[in-house]
Amino acid sequence: MKIIVCVKQVPDAKDVRLDPKTNTLSREGVQAIMNPYDRHALEEAVRLKEQHGGTVTVLSMGPPQAEAMLREAVSCGADEAVLVSDRAFAGADTWATTYTLAMAIKKIDDFDLILCGKQAIDGDTAQVGPGLAERLDIPFVAYVRKINNCIANIMQVERLMDDGYDLLEVPLPALFTVVKEINEPRIPSLKGKMRAKKIDITKLTAVDIEADLEQLGLKGSTTQVVKVFSPELKGARAILAGTADEQVTQLYDKLLPLL
Amino acid sequence: MDYFLSEEQQMIVDVARQITDEMIIPQRAELDETEGYPRDILTAIAKADLYGLYIPEEYGGLGGGCFEIVLALEQFARGCTGVATAFAASALGAYPILISGSEELKQKYMPAIASGEKLAAFALTEANAGSDASGIQTTAVLDGDEWVLNGTKQWITNAGEAQIYTVIAITDKSKGPRGATMFVVEDKDPGFSYGVKEKKLGIRCSSTRELIFKDCRIPKDRVIGRIGMGFITVMKTLDQSRPGIAILGVGLGQGALDEAAIYAKQRVQFGKPIISFQAVQHILADMAIQVEAGRALVYSAAKHIDAHKNDMSKASSMCKVFATDMAMKVTIDAVQVLAGYGYMRDYPVEKMMRDAKILQIYEGTNQIQRNVIGQELNKEYMRA
Ligand SMILES: Cc1cc2nc3c(=O)[nH]c(=O)nc-3n(C[C@H](O)[C@H](O)[C@H](O)COP(=O)(O)OP(=O)(O)OC[C@H]3O[C@@H](n4cnc5c(N)ncnc54)[C@H](O)[C@@H]3O)c2cc1C
Repeated sequence: MKIIVCVKQVPDAKDVRLDPKTNTLSREGVQAIMNPYDRHALEEAVRLKEQHGGTVTVLSMGPPQAEAMLREAVSCGADEAVLVSDRAFAGADTWATTYTLAMAIKKIDDFDLILCGKQAIDGDTAQVGPGLAERLDIPFVAYVRKINNCIANIMQVERLMDDGYDLLEVPLPALFTVVKEINEPRIPSLKGKMRAKKIDITKLTAVDIEADLEQLGLKGSTTQVVKVFSPELKGARAILAGTADEQVTQLYDKLLPLL
Repeated sequence: MDYFLSEEQQMIVDVARQITDEMIIPQRAELDETEGYPRDILTAIAKADLYGLYIPEEYGGLGGGCFEIVLALEQFARGCTGVATAFAASALGAYPILISGSEELKQKYMPAIASGEKLAAFALTEANAGSDASGIQTTAVLDGDEWVLNGTKQWITNAGEAQIYTVIAITDKSKGPRGATMFVVEDKDPGFSYGVKEKKLGIRCSSTRELIFKDCRIPKDRVIGRIGMGFITVMKTLDQSRPGIAILGVGLGQGALDEAAIYAKQRVQFGKPIISFQAVQHILADMAIQVEAGRALVYSAAKHIDAHKNDMSKASSMCKVFATDMAMKVTIDAVQVLAGYGYMRDYPVEKMMRDAKILQIYEGTNQIQRNVIGQELNKEYMRA
């Protein structure tokens, strides 16, 4: 099974602060880490490889510094690493990002499964997974919490829902985004670290992936960030008092007129 | 201090540190309380390739030596000496095969030990044979194509958890020091069972039990080395392994120093953090000096042992005594710095103090180590 895992370098949430003047993320002095959900996607890919054989390729669009994260992914079990990096990609929103990743994946060409984290903890949009599947025209499942089996190129997966889970069968090739419940990511192994140090990371530019320059970076982005702010809590609140039974009655009386 | 580790050695430290910080430290209090075996941690250590550190590449290991395993053990012991003991005991059980075993035995057993798929244990001690190894009463008698073992080994680390046991037994009483032989016993061998789990002062998550041999039959080819050479293999094994115990003292001492220094900065009395009192600073300074001196000696001894296979005893014993006596003292001091809070189980230093004591006892008491050093000195100065 050939698996591609899309990974993103993000600022460590522990260190991130909002610049009160500009309302943007202040990234100064903040350490870059692998997006935590992507770590789970990578772990699942490595486990699938251990079970079924095959290869795991990690793919990232990002600045040259993202190489460190890709090496870390190799130390955790990835076989190949591809960094798509070009000044032309700067300022990409999810639309331009999925275009770029899709072009890179078409270049890699051969895959059975693509795994992504459910979202990146910096942008928090959760759009890249589904957007990429759409661009590649393959089936997509979000919030995968378990991969049960793969029989004759059909994968059975569980999709986490608010009130339980959906059991789905999906023909490959497909793209899933995963939640953290899916597994416990491993600590890198010594042999993995040694391999990671030596491995040649494939680097692709806009020209290499034969991208249309108009669709890249800021130019190719349809989103404009006008302002970032925490929404204010609005609406009246009430705290009910009394025994549990009394509170239930009070709540019922309050809700009834709204129905 | 910078010990100028190679890039690979630094990787060993980094991997072991991550396991210690992310798995061992969060679980150690519970493991101490429940006395449960740290299976998931040992699995993570296996997956990280660390069981193979000291094993040659041709048997599936990473081809390192005493120094490499010492680097990993130091980190584990900083987290929990019980976990570190459970890990180290497999190496202790494997050394007899590596040191004296035939090519066939090595091929048969070392790859599974290197991958961590199987654990090993080392069985010397008996009720009447502690410091005096010659007091062992377990016997092995050849019967056709099989050896038949009878007797009981006591306080064996990893008993019941390991699959591969290296066991010494008397094969010819009349031959005295040349009358004992080492064997490999497997967990499923007929006539082999375990006693109850001991209840201990410290290192509670490591398993310590009896091995009971009742007409235990094993194939003839399980002899390690030559018949009658058992005690020599035991001595070489312990020379090789003792820096691994010494470094547990260093890791443990470092852990205690870390706890004490952090606490001393936070605890306010008389309107100031207690670290501002010179009396407290001096305790911490002495702890730091001793831990660093211990580390320097163990690292040097380990490198010496890797380079001089025929001259290990003195270096091995010296570092064991120094670093484990140091750990006892430093952990007692750590409790003193935390005082009443340190005496409570809410803080890790009382466990560290309990854990330290074993280091002065097992793999040869520190009195026995001083005997060894004294005898070596006597030999060295014979010509003087
Ligand atoms: C938790 C634990 C785990 C262990 N794991 C293992 C294991 O995996 N495999 C194994 O084979 N054994 C194991 N042992 C046994 C351990 O190695 C012995 O306890 C140790 O060698 C000391 O023997 P003893 O306890 O019988 O003490 P004794 O030999 O009875 O010593 C009692 C006291 O007398 C002193 N003494 C004895 N002889 C002399 C002498 N000639 N000169 C000066 N002082 C002397 C000792 O230093 C000590 O202070 C373990 C023990 C414990 C407690």
